Amino acid sequence: MVGEHLLEVKNLKTTFLTEMGSVVAVDGMSLHVDYGETLGLVGESGCGKSVTAESIMRLLDERTTKYEGEILFKGQDLLSLPEKKMVDIRGNEIAMIFQDAMTSLNPVYTIGNQIVETILTHQKVSKKEAYEKAIEMLRLTGIPSPEKRILEYPHEISGGMRQRVMIAMALSCKPSLLIADEPTTALDVTIQAQILDVINELKKELNMGVIMITHDLGVVAEVCTRVAVMYLGQVIEEAPVDNIFTNSLHPYTKGLLKSIPKIEGDRNKKLYTIEGIVPSLHNIPKGCRFAPRCSFADEQCRTQSPVLKETDGGHKVRCWHYEKIGQMEEKIDVTATS
Amino acid sequence: MSQQQAEKEARKQSAPILQVKNLKKYYPITSPFGKTKDFVKAVEQVTFDLTEKETIGLVGESGCGKSTTGRTILRLTEPTEGAAIYKGRDLFTLKPKEMKKVRKEIQMVFQDPHSSLNPKKRIGEIIEESMKIHRIGNKAERIEKAMYLLRRTGIREDQYYKFPHEFSGGQRQRIGIARALAVNPSVFILDEPVSALDVSIQSQVINLLEELQDEFKLAYLFISHDLSVVRHISDQIGVMYLGHLVEKASTDELFENPLHPYTKALLSSIPIPDTRVRRERIILKGDVPSPINPPSGCVFHTRCPFVIEKCKKEKPIYKESTNGHLVACHLY
Ligand SMILES: Nc1ncnc2c1ncn2[C@@H]1O[C@H](COP(=O)(O)OP(=O)(O)O)[C@@H](O)[C@H]1O
Ligand SMILES: Nc1ncnc2c1ncn2[C@@H]1O[C@H](COP(=O)(O)OP(=O)(O)O)[C@@H](O)[C@H]1O
Ligand code: SF4
Ligand SMILES: [Mg+2]
Ligand SMILES: [Mg+2]
Repeated sequence: MVGEHLLEVKNLKTTFLTEMGSVVAVDGMSLHVDYGETLGLVGESGCGKSVTAESIMRLLDERTTKYEGEILFKGQDLLSLPEKKMVDIRGNEIAMIFQDAMTSLNPVYTIGNQIVETILTHQKVSKKEAYEKAIEMLRLTGIPSPEKRILEYPHEISGGMRQRVMIAMALSCKPSLLIADEPTTALDVTIQAQILDVINELKKELNMGVIMITHDLGVVAEVCTRVAVMYLGQVIEEAPVDNIFTNSLHPYTKGLLKSIPKIEGDRNKKLYTIEGIVPSLHNIPKGCRFAPRCSFADEQCRTQSPVLKETDGGHKVRCWHYEKIGQMEEKIDVTATS
Repeated sequence: MSQQQAEKEARKQSAPILQVKNLKKYYPITSPFGKTKDFVKAVEQVTFDLTEKETIGLVGESGCGKSTTGRTILRLTEPTEGAAIYKGRDLFTLKPKEMKKVRKEIQMVFQDPHSSLNPKKRIGEIIEESMKIHRIGNKAERIEKAMYLLRRTGIREDQYYKFPHEFSGGQRQRIGIARALAVNPSVFILDEPVSALDVSIQSQVINLLEELQDEFKLAYLFISHDLSVVRHISDQIGVMYLGHLVEKASTDELFENPLHPYTKALLSSIPIPDTRVRRERIILKGDVPSPINPPSGCVFHTRCPFVIEKCKKEKPIYKESTNGHLVACHLY
């Protein structure tokens, strides 16, 4: 079908039914991912990145979780599929990797056994073929002498190696969508660089769509083609990656970018800060959710919720005053340089 | 020269408040029968000076020995060899009673203040108590000071009677800092103090630490794996790899002119939050070797892109290139 996305999430709302009442962790999320592209999902902890991913995979406990909206994967709505069909899709068509590889690796089986098992579950191949495939996948993720490594247990290898094994396992069935939830957050920068390279290479090789979840805007700049910035359960800005860094429109995105210490330029200035803290989901502000921390907030912001509005070139922003704010900042820039 | 720079220059002339010399720390690995089988060579060769009112940053990847360095200075773990000269005395030879006094002056701030704040105590009491232990002031004075410090670190006074769990991670870090300040220290050893915080909270706490340094005339040993944060806050930086301080220089010098191949790789691996900046990345092969059996010669030789024969056999010694820029590498 022309114009069909690999994944299209429409107006997703994920509600947890807890003892303290219901909590809407993701509220009105819309996004799409195409083949061969990497969508970054960024935001501070608790903003709903993992819940979004878990909703797409339908990993949450459905006795206490309510999904609303649509999650169209290759045109079919995952939210209306029976669990049995979801089992086929998970790990086969959509794969997920996590921050801590140990959560998806079983400590009592060798690395080889686990990958072979995954391949056998999803593909009609012989055990010998599965074994060869497993070695091939490990090799693709850059693991030296995979024939030897395949006999080792997860605890016998380093964190970086485990992350590679998890990637090898996740990609062994050649999924068309990979969801990576903070895959390098626990790793050191030199190892992170290796892992990001591996994900990028395999994305090209398999022409996968990737959702890269991270709180690190550096990682976003490094690997993403498009970015959605989340705040308190909503996307507040979405844009091609260059626009986010050169022409961000939302005061929250701008604030985040300015708060990060840089490795170049003047380092003796005070860091910019976004005042206050993220409110609790039990106490969501009326109007714009960012208003209590926003220096541009006015009466309209405090009473009416802005919608995610498309500006141009696929750039979307959820702010009443983004145009005015842009003009004001231009003026400030001009006076600063003149 | 701006006034700020001039002051900094003047400070450089002043004597260091803390000198760490040839620090070594081996952790014994014991067999189930209590025999020592082997050693984790956590810190092998670390030397640096901490100047009054200045910050030295220690960077390097996990397991390179940063925390061990910080902890041995305070003898939270006993050093194997070396010296830590504080105000003219070697901390490693002090008796426990004298060491207790030093612990008042050198305070530690951790990544997760949650584990170091007593969950059963109200935050005001926690701060007051640390003054009491060190016999500072009478009760009324202590309460007043605790109130002041909370306010100063950004916690409202009416939260004095709340418990640690009622605060967010960033607020708990502020409380931990207030407690450390309570006993009039002159040195802070900060071990990954902002690593667990989100960006918007991290910048608030970094700014606070910088203000407090000026106000209370503190010297910081700032340990972090985050090079951008370390660059922002430090006057000098030491880079560690597998227990060795492989390079040390003033912050600007280190970033403009990194010499050690490991430092170069580390700097080139930092993902920059700006798509306009494109750099040549040096991707290191493999993992950090085990500190139980570190490589011969230069400990970095197994991953070094520029390795030569000599590196495998001989341990490089420090060379000073320009003023104060030290590097341990055979290429120089
Ligand atoms: N199973 C659950 N029950 C109730 N609340 C949850 C559950 N899982 C996550 N949440 C809440 O949903 C919000 C979003 O969490 P999450 O998606 O994990 O954030 P992050 O962006 O850090 O990945 C948080 O406030 C979290 O506490
Ligand atoms: N109490 C201990 N006993 C044995 N080994 C330890 C102990 N503490 C740390 N180590 C080891 O010492 C090395 C250095 O650790 P650490 O100082 O914590 O590094 P860093 O803070 O740079 O991550 C690591 O290999 C670590 O596993
Ligand atoms: S809508 Fe108002 S409060 Fe919200 S981000 Fe825009 S200016 Fe700030
Ligand atoms: Mg998460
Ligand atoms: Mg540490």
